[in-house]
Amino acid sequence: MAEERRQKHCSVVLPTESMKAMAESVGVGQLQEDSCVALSEEVSYRIKEIAQDALKFMHHGKRRKLTTSDIDNALKLKNVEPLYGFQSQEFIPFRFASGGGRELHFYEEKEADLSDIINTPLPRVPLDVSLKGNQSQYIYFLFFCIFFSNGIFNFYSVLVCSSPAHWLSIEGMQPAIPENPPPATKEQQKAESTEPLKVVKPGQEEEGTIQGKSQGTTTPDGKGKEKGLIRLKPRSTHELSVEQQLYYKEITEACVGSCEAKRAEALQSIATDPGLYQMLPRFSTFISEGVRVNVVQNNLALLIYLMRMVKALMDNPTLYLEKYLHELIPAVVTCIVSKQLCLRPDVDNHWALRDFAARLMAQSCKTFSTTTNNIQSRITKTFTKSWLDDKTQWTTRYGCIAGLAELGSDVIKTLIIPRLAVEGARIKAVMEGPVVSNIDKIGAEHVQSLLLKHCASVIAKLRPQPDNVDQYRTDYGYLGPMLCSHVMKARTQAALQAQQVNRTTLTITQPRPTLSVSQSGLSGSSGPRTPSIIKVPSSLTLMSPRPGTPSQPSPPATKYIVMATSAGAASTQQVITLSSSQSASPVTSTVPSATSTLQPLVKLESGSGAGLTASRPLQKYIVVSLPSSASSSLETKSSVLPTSISSSSLDGGMKLERSESPGASTQSPH
Amino acid sequence: MIALTGKNQSYVLVLYGLCFPLIHVAHAQFILKMAAVQGGMGDADIKTDIKTEPSADGFGNNNANDGRVLSASPGSSSSTGSNKQTAAVTPEDQQTLLAVLQFLKKNKLSESVEILRREAGLPENSLDPKANESAGAGSGGAAGIVDLEGGDASSLLSRVTGSSSAGAQAPTKGTVQSGSGRDQPDVSVVLSAYSQQGDPTLYKVYYRDLKKFIETVLDCHRAELSQVFYPLFVHMYLELVYNNHESEAKAFFEKFSGDQECYYEEDLRILSGLTKKEHMRGNETLLDFRTSKFVLRISRDSYQLLKRHLQERQNNQIWNIIQEHLYIDIFDGMPRSKSQIDAMSGSLAGEAKREANKTKVYYGLLKEPEIELPLDDEDEEAENEEGKPKKKKPKKDSVGSKSKKQDPNAPSQNRIPLPELKDSDKLDKIMYMKEATKRIRLGPDNLPSVCFYTFLNAYQGLTAVDLTDDSSLIAGGFADSTVRVWSVTPKKLRKVKSAADLNLIDKESDDVLERIMDEKTASESKIMYGHSGPVYGISFSPDRNYLLSSSEDGTVRLWSLLTFTCLVAYKGHNYPVWDTQFSPYGYYFVSGGHDRVARLWATDHYQPLRIFSGHLADITCTRFHPNSNYVATGSSDRTIRLWDVLSGNCVRIFTGHKGPIHSLAFSPNGKFLASGATDGRVLLWDIGHGLMVGELKGHTDTIYSLRFSRDGEILASGSMDNTVRLWDAMKAFDDLETDDFTAATGHIHLQDNSQELLLGTYTTKSTPVIHLHFTRRNLLLAAGVSQL
Repeated sequence: MAEERRQKHCSVVLPTESMKAMAESVGVGQLQEDSCVALSEEVSYRIKEIAQDALKFMHHGKRRKLTTSDIDNALKLKNVEPLYGFQSQEFIPFRFASGGGRELHFYEEKEADLSDIINTPLPRVPLDVSLKGNQSQYIYFLFFCIFFSNGIFNFYSVLVCSSPAHWLSIEGMQPAIPENPPPATKEQQKAESTEPLKVVKPGQEEEGTIQGKSQGTTTPDGKGKEKGLIRLKPRSTHELSVEQQLYYKEITEACVGSCEAKRAEALQSIATDPGLYQMLPRFSTFISEGVRVNVVQNNLALLIYLMRMVKALMDNPTLYLEKYLHELIPAVVTCIVSKQLCLRPDVDNHWALRDFAARLMAQSCKTFSTTTNNIQSRITKTFTKSWLDDKTQWTTRYGCIAGLAELGSDVIKTLIIPRLAVEGARIKAVMEGPVVSNIDKIGAEHVQSLLLKHCASVIAKLRPQPDNVDQYRTDYGYLGPMLCSHVMKARTQAALQAQQVNRTTLTITQPRPTLSVSQSGLSGSSGPRTPSIIKVPSSLTLMSPRPGTPSQPSPPATKYIVMATSAGAASTQQVITLSSSQSASPVTSTVPSATSTLQPLVKLESGSGAGLTASRPLQKYIVVSLPSSASSSLETKSSVLPTSISSSSLDGGMKLERSESPGASTQSPH
Repeated sequence: MIALTGKNQSYVLVLYGLCFPLIHVAHAQFILKMAAVQGGMGDADIKTDIKTEPSADGFGNNNANDGRVLSASPGSSSSTGSNKQTAAVTPEDQQTLLAVLQFLKKNKLSESVEILRREAGLPENSLDPKANESAGAGSGGAAGIVDLEGGDASSLLSRVTGSSSAGAQAPTKGTVQSGSGRDQPDVSVVLSAYSQQGDPTLYKVYYRDLKKFIETVLDCHRAELSQVFYPLFVHMYLELVYNNHESEAKAFFEKFSGDQECYYEEDLRILSGLTKKEHMRGNETLLDFRTSKFVLRISRDSYQLLKRHLQERQNNQIWNIIQEHLYIDIFDGMPRSKSQIDAMSGSLAGEAKREANKTKVYYGLLKEPEIELPLDDEDEEAENEEGKPKKKKPKKDSVGSKSKKQDPNAPSQNRIPLPELKDSDKLDKIMYMKEATKRIRLGPDNLPSVCFYTFLNAYQGLTAVDLTDDSSLIAGGFADSTVRVWSVTPKKLRKVKSAADLNLIDKESDDVLERIMDEKTASESKIMYGHSGPVYGISFSPDRNYLLSSSEDGTVRLWSLLTFTCLVAYKGHNYPVWDTQFSPYGYYFVSGGHDRVARLWATDHYQPLRIFSGHLADITCTRFHPNSNYVATGSSDRTIRLWDVLSGNCVRIFTGHKGPIHSLAFSPNGKFLASGATDGRVLLWDIGHGLMVGELKGHTDTIYSLRFSRDGEILASGSMDNTVRLWDAMKAFDDLETDDFTAATGHIHLQDNSQELLLGTYTTKSTPVIHLHFTRRNLLLAAGVSQL
């Protein structure tokens, strides 16, 4: 390959057209072809020469990227005047233009209006070079002085008070602090889970380091011994240091605790922290045990919290979950298909949990499914099997369909659509037949809307344009007519979105599934629930403190969110207002019905309870404009939850434009 | 601007003129303090030197700079002109020959054509009439230029022989004589040689022929003879280009460039860009190839084989190149293996000659000055802290006895004059010894902790870092021409008070050194402005009073860390200065840069005391030997040279790296040298024997910093691949068995034990490691700037 490159190097010469264009730009009109050839060869050679010199400057500048200043310096070396005006540290925005059979790359220099420059506020002053780290580092120093440097405490402490640096390694072991890269990169974790027999390289995080044995001793020795012997998979003992145990305790408590702000912080930490590799087995066990206990207790809120933890773990770019799927997948599937997830299935919105978990399932299928573990096909089989069973309850049925539907349009096409007629008949039996139970009816309704939601877009792509209601009826039975209208809506929406593409300035590429809790305990319902206790293997006992009585003022930062569709919303214009759960709350935002914008808007208002309104210093408005995919899901969400008090917190998924201002009323959405 | 550059150039010329007398003065004289006198002499010599330059063409030929000078000087053109006449006969002969051939072919006398061709030694592929035609046309057209080539080659040869007699590192006479013997051979040989040389299409055939031969020789010789490929390839290609056979050159390159060793790829890339004769003018790499001999080490048997083959085949073309452009260092004994050869090859001009590494090097350390260690109360305090007051005494004794014994390998104490120790230096030494007693013993079981300093908001502009020996100050050189100094201890940086304020101070008071400082200026960092280009090298003086910085603007600046102002700008390099370093004893410093020479300066002289020239490409890093008597330089020509400060001679040439060398480190005992290059390998060298003793593989990118721990047990390397790696230096050096044979022949057997020697790898978060430093207590400090 290197040879090919070399040969290419040999032949690369600037095109003669460029020579002509350049000649014209300096006023030489007619340039002979052979002089063009001669020139281009010469110029190409000189450019290569300069590039080679510039490379030298790059190497000495200790960079990997060649910058314009390197070229300037190389020119200077050759006693050539440097080029002026290319001071960009990053790429140079060359523009391309063509016309009249000519193609040109040029550097666009816009005319700058002086008055504009004068009138614009000054940009922030760039920060000066410094050696100072932030304050948090000092804490780490102290930490390690205490924990690691028994004999040399004195010696390190000098650095503690003054040092702006961080510890890259302490006596041969690399501490897992934010300044250091994660102990095991995702690739390593992946390699470890796929090729468990591979020898761990020295310098990487390894078990046993904390037990006083420095890493340097273990690895070389181990290596030497290992050479002759059969390679055994090293037994992993995941010892946690004291601070890691503390962290684990704090995080898990916050994740299932009552304080939403703390939870958000904890989830954020799980989703971003690089040093969690060691704790992953604990988290995994925590989640699976937690689900097991809380499914039995029908504790919907805690199940939701746990699913959000799974989500956060999946989002963490430094973690590779493959090794722990055997614990996580059963937990997630339980949350999708369990017969009962909450105490009052008629009131509580366990559907949202099922949706959320289904999305998680789909995500893990996408990420981890391989030909060896066959996750996707196994999951699909499981769902299909229980769906096909006649005795399956509506709740499970809903979960199965949701789980399948999230796996993508192919699955919908091959597995769901052929069964639409059968399922339609079943729904019809419940809806129009004699009232058996309210729960069944609600379940059937949800299944119906779920099917409509997922199938409509797929059918819109499958079927040819004219949507005939009768045709639909014959094809899909009971659901046909409704499906037809949904499909038509989907088509118009798609067309509209296509038009709007240019207009949309703020777009979410992928709406992240998020979920918040329906605080059913608050809506004046039955007695307080017993705090559930989760047994954790590491003998940490976690309480889930919840507000005992409805009247009890909740912690200030807890969000209660209710979604309601605005009355004046046109069919194409989704204005969704999310406001505080206490409907009497004065801050319920008023979305001007005159918003003539066609793009769907979501206005989310979150705050604390009504009692705290007066003291609340600021309110958050989140204005979101969504692309097609997002809007469709939103739309259905709003239709699913028109009356119930359950909610969807959108804050995680749609952090687009977030303005915080003390004057709430002045804030208006785009 | 134009006027300015013009001036610059003449200045350069003058300076180069200045170089030559200086070197010779340096050779002859032994007094370092003569620098001022030399400066004066240099000035006087300039005019005469420039005048004599044309006649003394080969005078400075071992000096890499002269390529540039020579190409511009009239001397070279005149010499080629004179040679033209001697060779002018041949093209005519060839033309007639070709004409006869064409006539015969036209008349379909194929037999006669064949016979004639065979006699003339033309290749067989021209049996094909079409090829013949094109070959004939090609050589006919090119015939006019052939003589030029011949003339040039011989002029080069004469230059090389001239230099060998004049130069300091003269090649041995044996082969040169055989080369000059070929200079005037009998007429028939010359004729056939030139007729072949004239035909560019034959180059391929020659090369293929040789390749076939080398591929069929016995295995033991093949590896050795394969070394010939690369230099031959380069020279044949250059000859083709030089003679304006552009298309043939391209075809030749494409056909055979893939066969070359992968570590020559960078040079090949440069070559590939070079397709015209005009390009050769001013291209330094090329001039190096043509003016310096590529050195090969070949056993006598292999050499005989090659020689016999070439003579049998009458392959004079290749034989000429071997004679003129290669230096074959023949040794008696077993041929070397492929791995042995690969370990040593890779540099721009082949391996080092064995003779080059024969000079005795005094690598031992100088005796430490006897300083009474005052056992004051402070010391006792420290002892109480440690709780082991008894243990300290024997330690100190051992330190003392060690320094009392004179190392047989050490240079005499006054071999080069060193500055007198001041009181403050003595205090510092005492501090050092105290700290040394608290030093952690490192080893595989006891790895150092690494503390990493990350420069924030540097916008990738950090180009050089240095720390003081006591780790109290850190200095950074930046691409925006600034030099910044930070204090990493609570002690802030303060300036000295102004002159008026200083007058008011009571000079007799004990704390006068404290009083002269201006409290108002205390800050954690200071910025120093003065350079006009990126600062590539930076170095603290051992007494922490000065800071040196070298920059793209061609100057080395000396800064005072008391006033934080520039004291001197040392001009001389004129091209970017890539590195500079203070001597461990202060006063002297060395700098090296793009102009391919390293200079030794003394802080109180504005002109260099020594000029070390010999490298064929940029000097990328410079390091002082711990005993201050030697200077090591690493270069883009992929060699490391060790220079004697006293004589200015090159005493060691180490080859083996496959990329520009970017870091060097001497072991604390002065015996070994470690070097790191862009190829990601660390090589270890035994200075006394002049041998490579180890290879540490592991890094995947340029190694920018190397450092031995204070006792030399551990070698730390920091690289562009965002890792710090620790190597077991003790083990690497202990395992050595340097027998007489190895020492005599220079044949090395490297074990591939990098993985065993690697003690740890610590990855940073996308932060290349630019600098490493062991504190006096063996804590490893690293510095870098985030690339995120």
